[in-house]
Amino acid sequence: MRAAAAGGAASVRAALRGNARRYGMVIALAAIVVLFQILTGGLLLRPANVSNLVLQNSYVLILAVGMMLVIITGHIDLSVGSVVAFTGAVSAIMLAEWGLPLLVVLPLAVLVGGLIGAWQGFWVAYVGLPAFIVTLAGMLVFRGLTLLVLGGESVGDLPSSARRLATGFVPGFEAGGVDLVPLGLGAAVAALVVVGLRTSRSRALRHGIRVVPAPAALAVQALAVAAVLALCAAFALHSGVPWVGALLLVLIAGYALFMAATVPGRRVYATGGNPKAAELSGVRTKRTVFWVFVNMGALSALAGLVFTARLNLAAPGAGTMFELDAIAAAFIGGASASGGVGTVVGAVVGALVMGVLNNGMSIIGLGVDWQQAIKGLVLLVAVAFDVLGKKGTLASGLEGLRGLFGGRGGGPSGTAGTDGAGEGSPLHGAAQREPAAQEAGDGGVEQHHRQGVQQ
Amino acid sequence: MTAADHWGPPALSMRGIRKTFPGVVALDGVDLEVRPSEIHAVTGENGAGKSTLMKVLSGVHPHGTYEGRIEVEGSERRFSSTSDSERAGIAIIHQELALVPQLSIAENVFLGNERARRRFGLAVVDQEVSVARARDLLERVGLDADPSAPLGELSVGRRQLVEIAKAIAKQVRVLILDEPTSALNEAESDALLRLLLEFKEQGIASILISHKLGEVTRVADRITVLRDGRSIETLDGARGEVTEERIIRGMVGRDLEHRYPGPPGGAGPVRFEVRDWTVDHPVQRGRRIVDGAHLEVRAGEIAGLAGLMGAGRTELAMSLFGRSYGRYVRGTLLKDGTPLAPRHPAEAVAAGIAYVPEDRKELGLVLDDPVRSNLTLAGLGRLGRGGVVDAAAEHAVAEDLRTRMGVRCRDNGQAVVELSGGNQQKVVLGRWVYTRPDLLVLDEPTRGVDVGAKYEIYEAVRAMAAEGACVLLISSELPELLGMCDRVYAMCEGRITGCLPADEADQEALMTLMTGAPPAGAAEGGR
Repeated sequence: MRAAAAGGAASVRAALRGNARRYGMVIALAAIVVLFQILTGGLLLRPANVSNLVLQNSYVLILAVGMMLVIITGHIDLSVGSVVAFTGAVSAIMLAEWGLPLLVVLPLAVLVGGLIGAWQGFWVAYVGLPAFIVTLAGMLVFRGLTLLVLGGESVGDLPSSARRLATGFVPGFEAGGVDLVPLGLGAAVAALVVVGLRTSRSRALRHGIRVVPAPAALAVQALAVAAVLALCAAFALHSGVPWVGALLLVLIAGYALFMAATVPGRRVYATGGNPKAAELSGVRTKRTVFWVFVNMGALSALAGLVFTARLNLAAPGAGTMFELDAIAAAFIGGASASGGVGTVVGAVVGALVMGVLNNGMSIIGLGVDWQQAIKGLVLLVAVAFDVLGKKGTLASGLEGLRGLFGGRGGGPSGTAGTDGAGEGSPLHGAAQREPAAQEAGDGGVEQHHRQGVQQ
Repeated sequence: MTAADHWGPPALSMRGIRKTFPGVVALDGVDLEVRPSEIHAVTGENGAGKSTLMKVLSGVHPHGTYEGRIEVEGSERRFSSTSDSERAGIAIIHQELALVPQLSIAENVFLGNERARRRFGLAVVDQEVSVARARDLLERVGLDADPSAPLGELSVGRRQLVEIAKAIAKQVRVLILDEPTSALNEAESDALLRLLLEFKEQGIASILISHKLGEVTRVADRITVLRDGRSIETLDGARGEVTEERIIRGMVGRDLEHRYPGPPGGAGPVRFEVRDWTVDHPVQRGRRIVDGAHLEVRAGEIAGLAGLMGAGRTELAMSLFGRSYGRYVRGTLLKDGTPLAPRHPAEAVAAGIAYVPEDRKELGLVLDDPVRSNLTLAGLGRLGRGGVVDAAAEHAVAEDLRTRMGVRCRDNGQAVVELSGGNQQKVVLGRWVYTRPDLLVLDEPTRGVDVGAKYEIYEAVRAMAAEGACVLLISSELPELLGMCDRVYAMCEGRITGCLPADEADQEALMTLMTGAPPAGAAEGGR
């Protein structure tokens, strides 16, 4: 009996270790929430503040989802802040000056964003310029165009329909002093999550696919349900479900499913993991990259519209540094700079880590100076854990550090990497990969292949 | 009577080396003794522990992380880094060359070992001395190149010589070469092996790690065979023990009577025909890489394509595979007499063509992804139902392919980067087995693959031909072509220079076709 329990605990531990990458940030997010709940004396999780958190971070969440896809393909988009500003400005002009209804402006704005994405995707995917350069140029170009269309001034006074999108709530249905809409929504989402997780698990079991052990699976389900229900309870206790919250829910669920389960989603991963191998397996990698940029542009436009509506103002300086928030969210959420790795849910968790930090630090009255510095360190530490965790234990990373400072690279046996491939310390791993990276400059036949593939 | 009685203390001796990684015993009691000025080969299947052993020897795995004893010239050494082992005169040349293409040859030769003078308290690189010393070293390794030219201008084979020059610049006593000829053509390999023999005369011992048994038996004085992390035996050439059969028996633990399953003997109708295929270099306009190639492949046969490095074999194959190489100039690809014009690998796949690339890590695999998704990458369209991948179906497909191809892995969720070369190659091949191609083009499918896995790959390919697929096999190993193919085409400088039926072909005849284009007119395939 005890042995069985111990075995179960061990298997849960093993599963946790195996999925540390996946669960690590969720645990970190939970820790941050608890920390600030204490530091703010319970203010953080007040229903009004939870509702506010969602509204405040809505556009970063939208951008983080798009950015995750871009980073999975091995690229980067530095222009999203400027694209948010530009599309926000165009939307504001259409809404406030031309008097177009929101239902017309929304698709038009997304179309404009998509066209911007297509422009950048063309240069990155088909011409082969580095995305860093293309989107750095885009950052300047679209900031300039924002100034141009706004004539250097702000455009405000949006119609109420637009403002409702960013700050309004789904009409409630009260019964006995409780709003049933958020509770119903919460119950529905929780049920969907549980049914989805359980069916995929039982299907997996039926086909002999390895899954996490039952206690771990149960814990994950319980956590997910608790989070959803808590969020909806907070909504119910405040003013109901924000329109933006509903929009986010649909977007996140849609993109998470797209990336995890569909053929095009799998091709995005393959394109980022090894573009040449993907191409030679019949994946149209250029087209994939192109559409990922179109998608980023479209989501930037959506974020631009939400942001403009929230402020009730399109300003020339809007969206500055948004790209960095989105990029940070993606990397905190487990993306890899070399591409091929990352999940939509990870990006959401990453964005929430940043959002809770922002919100919590503001409540306790920490200055912007400290906020910036702390967020920067959180990004660094999150990615460092990720990288070291992948290479082996943290201990082997510290060992590498010792080697760096002239100490002995060696140490007690058994610490030289846990990956079994015999990579040794991370420092050595890096040294070993160097030649492979250098091969990019190879002459001769190999070079022909590469150029051929890239052509 | 031990070897030491004859030879004095060995240049190097490793005793009872045991190295474990969490969950894996990589080395389990390996003994290796290298005499001064001998060429000592270490062979073994992939995963037998050769590379780990060399990492222990060169200090990559520092003292304390393994058990056992290393002695250099009779005294025990404990290396804690590669610079320690280099100071003791042991230099390793890795499969992936540790050179910087952007730097000059001389700078590469003295990389990390720069010739410098003190100037104003700073170590300033002495260019003249570097270049002059590098010139001497290059001469010693037989490389005729300007030391101040950028390394990037050299071919892979010549870079290897730079790497060796770099090692002897450090007063090396024992030179370790890890698969040195895997990227070299025949002439370059010969030159390299001759160089090892010269070093032997000069008192430098070499440890040669190689899969190519032909070259091992040719130059090695003794051979230590590893299997499953143990040293099985050391064969001595002086006692006439060095034969390929003997080595293979040691490596796989059994006799491999047939190293090739033999040609399938398919004599079906011609299904694929390539006419006048001409391709230019992707960047250098007008530089012809494939020049009017003609060939045909019958259903159920394996056709070979022989050629030296740079003959244009890979380029021809990739350009046929949806124009994934170079600039298409002209030419037709016929399937059952109907022209096909795939402009992208996706169209080639749809037309029933499959291509297994030469470089599986660069071009074949998504290394960090699991075996499963690597197996299904080319066939995702078949797995998708309304665009959604059926995870259970994918698992079933992956399991089926894994068993059929004999991929040895923990489960189909294991990342392919953790597999041995042979198993990785089986994954790439399995991916195309799943798409059931009509034409399977294999580019060096057994490069860097051990003997046992080679045979499994041959059998899988032969089975596909037996089921009616057309197979085009590109290989630099002539015995492989002669052992597997019904007919062998030869290619030289972008042209098909001839085609020999397997029963009439031998290595000399093929080599003649591969090295010189016969007069015009004879270039048409067949006879």
